[in-house]
Order: sequence, then structure tokens, then C-alpha cells
Amino acid sequence: MPSTPSSADFVAAEAVARHFDVSKPWLSRTIEGSPRVFLKAVDGVSFSVAKGETLALVGESGCGKSTVARLVVGLYRPTSGRVLFDGLDLTGLPAAERTRIRRRMQMIFQDPYASLNPRWRVRDIVAEPLRAFELTKGRAEQDERVGDLLSQVGLSPADGEKYPHEFSGGQRQRISIARALSSNPEFLVCDEPTSALDVSVQAQILNLMRDLQEELGLTYLFISHNLAAVRHISDRVGVMYLGRIVEIADSETLFSAPRHPYTQMLLDAIPDLAMSGHVREPMGGEVPNPLDPPAGCHFHPRCPFANARCRAETPALKRYGSSEAACHAVEEGRI
Amino acid sequence: MRGWRDSDLWYSFTRSRITVVAAAIAGATVLAAFLAPVIAPYDPFDLASLDLLDAHIPPFWLEDGEARFPIGTDDQGRDLLSAILYGARISIGVGIASVLLSLFVGVGLGLVSGYAGGRVDAFIMRVADIQLSFPAILIALLVNGVLRGILPSERQDDLAIYVLVLSIGISGWVQYARTVRGSTLVEKNKEYVQAARLIGISSASIMLRHILPNAMGPVLVIATIHLAVAIITEATLSFLGIGVPPTEPSLGTLIRIGNDFLFSGEWWVTIFPGVTLAVLVLSVNLLGDWLRDALNPKLR
Repeated sequence: MPSTPSSADFVAAEAVARHFDVSKPWLSRTIEGSPRVFLKAVDGVSFSVAKGETLALVGESGCGKSTVARLVVGLYRPTSGRVLFDGLDLTGLPAAERTRIRRRMQMIFQDPYASLNPRWRVRDIVAEPLRAFELTKGRAEQDERVGDLLSQVGLSPADGEKYPHEFSGGQRQRISIARALSSNPEFLVCDEPTSALDVSVQAQILNLMRDLQEELGLTYLFISHNLAAVRHISDRVGVMYLGRIVEIADSETLFSAPRHPYTQMLLDAIPDLAMSGHVREPMGGEVPNPLDPPAGCHFHPRCPFANARCRAETPALKRYGSSEAACHAVEEGRI
Repeated sequence: MRGWRDSDLWYSFTRSRITVVAAAIAGATVLAAFLAPVIAPYDPFDLASLDLLDAHIPPFWLEDGEARFPIGTDDQGRDLLSAILYGARISIGVGIASVLLSLFVGVGLGLVSGYAGGRVDAFIMRVADIQLSFPAILIALLVNGVLRGILPSERQDDLAIYVLVLSIGISGWVQYARTVRGSTLVEKNKEYVQAARLIGISSASIMLRHILPNAMGPVLVIATIHLAVAIITEATLSFLGIGVPPTEPSLGTLIRIGNDFLFSGEWWVTIFPGVTLAVLVLSVNLLGDWLRDALNPKLR
């Protein structure tokens, strides 16, 4: 049985789906007689995050993990299903109520060069949530809070006077984090926060995020394709493939005993610096066209264990020991 | 803060000699035009001071020329130099006002079009496409004709300048709208806009405070080049006799008046305003070209 998120969970997605209409314009459709086309970016995803925990979502490009991030914070409305934050569904709430909840969740973006307005001074960027939620009174208090936030993320309060282009990628990501922290959020969605940074800087940002989590008791939803970063920061990991979660388990279990063949393939692809001589099984094929995904289990064309049932029937997430996987082969004991 | 003298723009400006000359000429013309009441020897709008006996006097270096009127007079006995100074003031004023009108309408519609998308975008852009399929001067003539049809005839001369600004302004908004829409489409998908949406900032505030400052660069270039076009359009409409009234002539009106006497040998009435117009438009155009290149990072 797929686990039903209980109301005690801090953040929960319940069978959330988001389909994008990628059809041609109406006129071309009518003339050519082509049908409407929908991209199922997220196709029925359920998970829950407990307070103070870090859940990571991993997967290849285009598997829908960034869409999940935007659904959770309310930048996209789900096509079906719902997202609960502290037991409340954001889409059904009156505006005043929604503003109160928005203050408690923030997001850190992938591209530190696009996530800061180039025409604004850093202090205005960091203070924007303060002004939007009216958290400080007067200019002096606002400047003081911005200075504190900048120190908290390892920058100098004097940096507030500068413009974003005067900073490096890592420093910009620190500014982004300072902005996200300014409204005292409890929940942070991090959409590949380190993927645009140099390797040496990635670790600094990850450590900063972990320190802030300890200090402020934050809850993270961490989106990434970097398994090393995920292992470093997360308590639990969900693996996505073509808009669905194929396996979800605590970090330790997932990395030591992966259940789903796709998870095994991902872990197998991590470069082996120890040169242990471990023989890799190269996984054939590519991610199929998400506009026309394979029937049944989306992974069956690439899966060495696929049989007739895998080609016809969509597997559901089921619990096996301490992990959950969506795989017929695991269920039937073939793996 | 860097001083403006250290900026790339100032450097590129001083490096281009033709731009410096163009800026000097345009600046001098604009200054002279706006100081017309101070520096002009006569007030050509003051009908009481005109003397028909002074009509058709050639420039002073020709036979029959008089030192009172250095470049001659027109058929009403108006001092041509004063008329050109006052006329340039009207031409430049109408040009700037109609550029500002185009800019406000175009930038506003472009922002809304790009940010809202969907049907609003489709509607605004189809209107723009339709307008673009006609020459701008035709649109200006149409708007001019409609407005004159609506207004009572006794007020037409008073309101002529406003009608002119409105018709030139409306004929030129499309370029701004298309440019700003393009920039908006790029900017609105950037993550800083999503960060603002996330905390519930209103669409109007996102458009004005986040997107607009990042979309204004190309608009300044278009506005400069458009200023030259607007001055020419004003001159064309006035030349056709539907611009400002002959009692308050702009450069276009002066050229039209002089045109009637061109073949009777009184070339000065049309040539001097014509040369002024050409030099003004050319220098503004050169400034616009320079600005376009200076702000284009690919041509640096």
C-alpha cells in the first residue's frame, strides 16, 4: 500500500499531478487536425516531510523534480491532487490566510545569476520579503535585520550596498539564502541550489544550509541530481523517473540497499574514485520522450528485469522493509 | 559609486567624433529653440507687430536685403530667423511629447501583453500587427482626421498641437510594445520574478519594479531614433496643412509656406527651415545610432 500522508506530517503531497498543455496553437490544430498534447510533468506523486527533516528528490533532467518544487510552494497549481502545508491546502485558502502561510515557506533557486534582480541593491533584495510581509517597522529596523541576515550567511552587512553583479556565484547563492531566511520560514524548498556552482563552493553552501537547519530548526525539500550532495544533506531520499516516484527510503538504506532497478542504475553511475575494480553493468537506452511515455512501468524499456506485466500495468509504491519501491519485479521477488 | 565620466558609455561617446558633433548640433538647436523668446529678434506670433511692407525681403547679402532681417522674411513680413527659432521649438516640443506618449502607451501595453500572455497578449499583438501593416503617417492622418471631425471647428486651432501630439503618439507605440513584450517574456521566467511571486507580490508591482527596469535599455534607443521620426512626421503633417495653424508655424508649416514661393525665386523661405529640419533630424538620428551600438554588448 502506498503510504497515505497523515495530518501530523508537516508538508505532504497527495497524488499531486501537473500536466502542461503543449499543443500547437488553436489555428494550426484546426487546420492540421492534430490533437491536443499534454506533457505529464508530474504524474501522481505522493510524499511527506516531517518537521526538521530533509527530504531529497533526485532524478535525471526532465523527470519533473523542479515542477514538484514549484507545486509545493504554490508557484504552480496542481492539475489534480493537493499539497498540504501544516495540514492546510494552499489553493483553497482566502488571501489573508495564504499570505500567513507563504511567510512560513521559502525557496532557494538553481541559478544564482537569474534569481537576483540585477537592478536592485542587495539590501533591497534581502528586504523584499520583510516589506511584503511587513515584518519590520521603519528603515532602521529593516537595515539592521538585513545586516544580521547577511552576517548569518557569511557575508558582511556592508555588502548590502552592492549590486548582485559584484558577487561570485557562491556569494550570490548566500544572498539568495539570506532572502529566503528573511521571513523566518520553517520550510525551505531548494531547487538544485548547488548545481550551478563550482565543486569547492558546493560544499560550503551545503554546510551553510546544514548549519542553518540545526540553528533554526528548518525543514528542507531538497531537489537535486547530484547524488553526492543528496547523501551529504538528506535524511530521506525519493527517486523520480518521468514524473513518478519510483523509490523512497531513508538515505542510509537507499544508498546501501537500493531496491528499484532505476535506483541501482543511478548509484552504479556514480564515478568510483577508489578504483575498486567493480564491474559496471552499463544501462542501455535513454529517457523516453515524456510526451509519449511507455505504458505500464515507465522504466520497462531500459529495465533488465521487465516482463509482460511491467509493460502493461503501472506499479504502485509498496513498502519493503525500510524502503518503498514501485516495481513489479521487487514485488514478485525477481530481484 | 562610479562617476558618469568613468562609465563605458561616456568613453564610447568621446571616442566617436561624429557623435560628439551630432550631440553638439542637436544640443545647440534644442537650446536655441527653447530660448527662442529670449534670443529671437522678433516675436513672429505677435500679429500686431507684422508689417506687410516687410514681406518677401531676401537675406541681407542679396540685393534688396536688409540687416534687420538677416535671412530674410516670408510672405507675411515675418523675420525668418525668429520664425525658425519659434518653429523649431514647436517641432521639438511636439516631437518629444509624442515620443513620450508612444513610450507610455507602448511600454505599458508591452508589459501587460508579455506578462499576462494568453488572450490579452494575442489581442494586443494582433492590434499591433494590423497597425504595423499601414505606414505610420497613414495612421497619424487617420487619427488626425477623426479627432478633427470630433472637435468643434472654432477650437481646432487652439487644440491643433494636442491633436498633432495624439496622432503622432498613437502612430508610434507598436515598436515600444513589441520590444518591451519581448524583454518581458524573457524576464518573467527568470527566477527573481518567481521569488517575488512566491512571497505574494502583486502582478502590477512585479511588472513595474522588477521587470520594467530590466526592459528599459532598448526602449531608450528606440525613443531617441523615434524622436527624429516624430519630428519628421510633424513636419510632414504640417507641410500637408493639417498640422499646426499658420499663425503659429512649425518648421513643416514654414517649409509649406515657402514652397508656394519657391518658383518665383524666393528660395530662402523654404530652404532655411528645410536645412534646419534636416540638420536637426540627422544629428538626432546619429545620436540614436550611436546609442544603439554603444548599448549593444555584441558590438563593443
